[in-house]
Amino acid sequence: MDKFTQLRGTAAPLDMINIDTDMIIPKQYLKTIKRTGLGKHLFAEMRYDDSGAEKPDFVLNKPQYRGAQVLIADDNFGCGSSREHAPWALLDFGIRCVISTSFADIFYNNCFKNGILPIKVTKQQLRELMDDAAKGSNAVLEVDLESQTIGRPNGESVSFEIDPHRKHCLLNGLDDIGLTLQRETGISEFEEQRKLSQPWA
Amino acid sequence: MAKPRTLFDKIWDAHLVDVQEDGTSLIYIDRHLVHEVTSPQAFEGLRQNGRKVRRPELTLAVADHNIPTTNRSAGIDDEESRIQVETLEHNVAAFGVPYFPVLDVRQGIVHIIGPEQGFTLPGMTIVCGDSHTATHGAFGSLAFGIGTSEVEHVLATQTLVQAPAKNMRITVDGELPAGVTSKDVILAIIGTIGTAGGTGHVIEYAGEAIRAMSMESRMTVCNMTIEGGARAGMIAPDETTFEYLKGRPMAPKGAAWEAAVAYWRTLPSDPGAAYEKEVVLRAADIVPQVTWGTSPQDVLPVTGRTPDPAAESDPAKRASIERSLKYMGLEPNTPIDQVKVDKVFIGSCTNGRIEDLRAVAAVAKGRKVADGVHAMVVPGSGLVKEQAEAEGVADILKAAGFDWREPGCSMCLAMNADKLEPGERCASTSNRNFEGRQGRGSRTHLVSPAMAAAAAITGRLADVRELTN
Repeated sequence: MDKFTQLRGTAAPLDMINIDTDMIIPKQYLKTIKRTGLGKHLFAEMRYDDSGAEKPDFVLNKPQYRGAQVLIADDNFGCGSSREHAPWALLDFGIRCVISTSFADIFYNNCFKNGILPIKVTKQQLRELMDDAAKGSNAVLEVDLESQTIGRPNGESVSFEIDPHRKHCLLNGLDDIGLTLQRETGISEFEEQRKLSQPWA
Repeated sequence: MAKPRTLFDKIWDAHLVDVQEDGTSLIYIDRHLVHEVTSPQAFEGLRQNGRKVRRPELTLAVADHNIPTTNRSAGIDDEESRIQVETLEHNVAAFGVPYFPVLDVRQGIVHIIGPEQGFTLPGMTIVCGDSHTATHGAFGSLAFGIGTSEVEHVLATQTLVQAPAKNMRITVDGELPAGVTSKDVILAIIGTIGTAGGTGHVIEYAGEAIRAMSMESRMTVCNMTIEGGARAGMIAPDETTFEYLKGRPMAPKGAAWEAAVAYWRTLPSDPGAAYEKEVVLRAADIVPQVTWGTSPQDVLPVTGRTPDPAAESDPAKRASIERSLKYMGLEPNTPIDQVKVDKVFIGSCTNGRIEDLRAVAAVAKGRKVADGVHAMVVPGSGLVKEQAEAEGVADILKAAGFDWREPGCSMCLAMNADKLEPGERCASTSNRNFEGRQGRGSRTHLVSPAMAAAAAITGRLADVRELTN
């Protein structure tokens, strides 16, 4: 997993509530057995018409947002299924940071496994950032995970909360499995105990 | 005296392997269900790192999302779907994971077969790379959906790194009126709390109406917990739970059964246990429910009308209502029971169990599917199908003109060949009415099995009570 430390980039405004994982990556693209290559299918049904041609009015098809690295969306982003294809598609497109007022739990968790930083902000902050994003590539955001801040184009800064464990793993690009395997003794002891207390389990 | 604990607290505490200073916990996982869509990259990860599956015997794999629901001895036409199923078969063989092959009678939707086999048990932690894993919480287990990276983590370590959740309780008081089912209860709950109402929480369902439910009905309620934003929903185990599990192939037997039941009886929440959030509904207030829009929270009593965006003051919500009505091809203020349907889908991990099929047969018996409507019934597993055929349920449905098919996820998410054409409208017993969920441009109305049967017979989103009272 790539580290996430700082990011300076264009933010694309997707001003909708309840953006679900079926919108982010429709199920016909879940048949892959790889993690990569899903970027072209990101938001497929909003991004392309029935013939497969780009819809020019969809935000990520507009010239100023084609290289966006940050996505800004309204409440409850990522609701729906557990498909990790959603963060894989975002990442493959080039998005490393999603900002919203709230995220669905599984999607939120999946982001951290893929080096994507999901940031929760207040309603008021979201409106301001959405306005910044509307200015396109003239208005880049500067996200700094270490200091937990988003730098706005007008020089102001928005700070955000994140739990220390997730922050640490993201800053260092740490693989959870490797870390857990270091606790092998604890896991084995737990299993031994349960063999006695709950032999049916 | 020890602090009173909830059902969730007890299961959580019993599975803690390690806790860090900030509360991040390593919890042990008792059961892991695996399917073909969210596992290939996880097995690939194990292979790349030279890792094994730590406890294959605690893992159970099945293909359900991609498989055809017509004659399947002919294999899968779609190349990508076929590759995904073959990849699963290759992976389970290579890593020694127990697997129900596609032609095995025990094959079915992961969330149907776990309980059916007694693989799902009270007090356990159960995960699957699938958000509807919440279903298993009906047994008083802590069951939740995970992403593929976490699937790999569980395969390799039989544990997960988790932040503790908050407790929420939803109580449904009193008795459900006639014609109102567990599906209506959970839709009404989602309509009340919203699709983000449970975010960060584990929901415990309680109250007389829940206690009176069969295991099948409880599974329907817990299944759609994720549509209310919570990862896990649970119901305290009781005699109904034990009765359902006793004698199941993978359930404990003899002395082990007695010891297990004694432990399971200690699991219900202690009196005075605290919940961060509480919601109470009166069963008597719930009528059959139908969704009108493109989010499970867009729900109406069947006696209601579609919303009018002009009446919504919040601009984001107004825009969302306008977009949903347009997508669904509906005008504001339309009586929902007058809306005509093209298709009916009965099945899924929400409503693909024997009780659901019986409910459809009870409405369909001696009647015919309306002209121009295609009504499809997809049992949740081979065993459900077998039972429905043995009981005569299948005959009733076939005589009424329903299309009786092979088990799988089917048109709940339309990854296989079963899908709606653009603009087609479907009364569906599944769990999501998102844009494009049942096929590009598809229009889904979520309902109970009895309501789906009524839609099939009348050709509209009719109130089932018109047919049964």
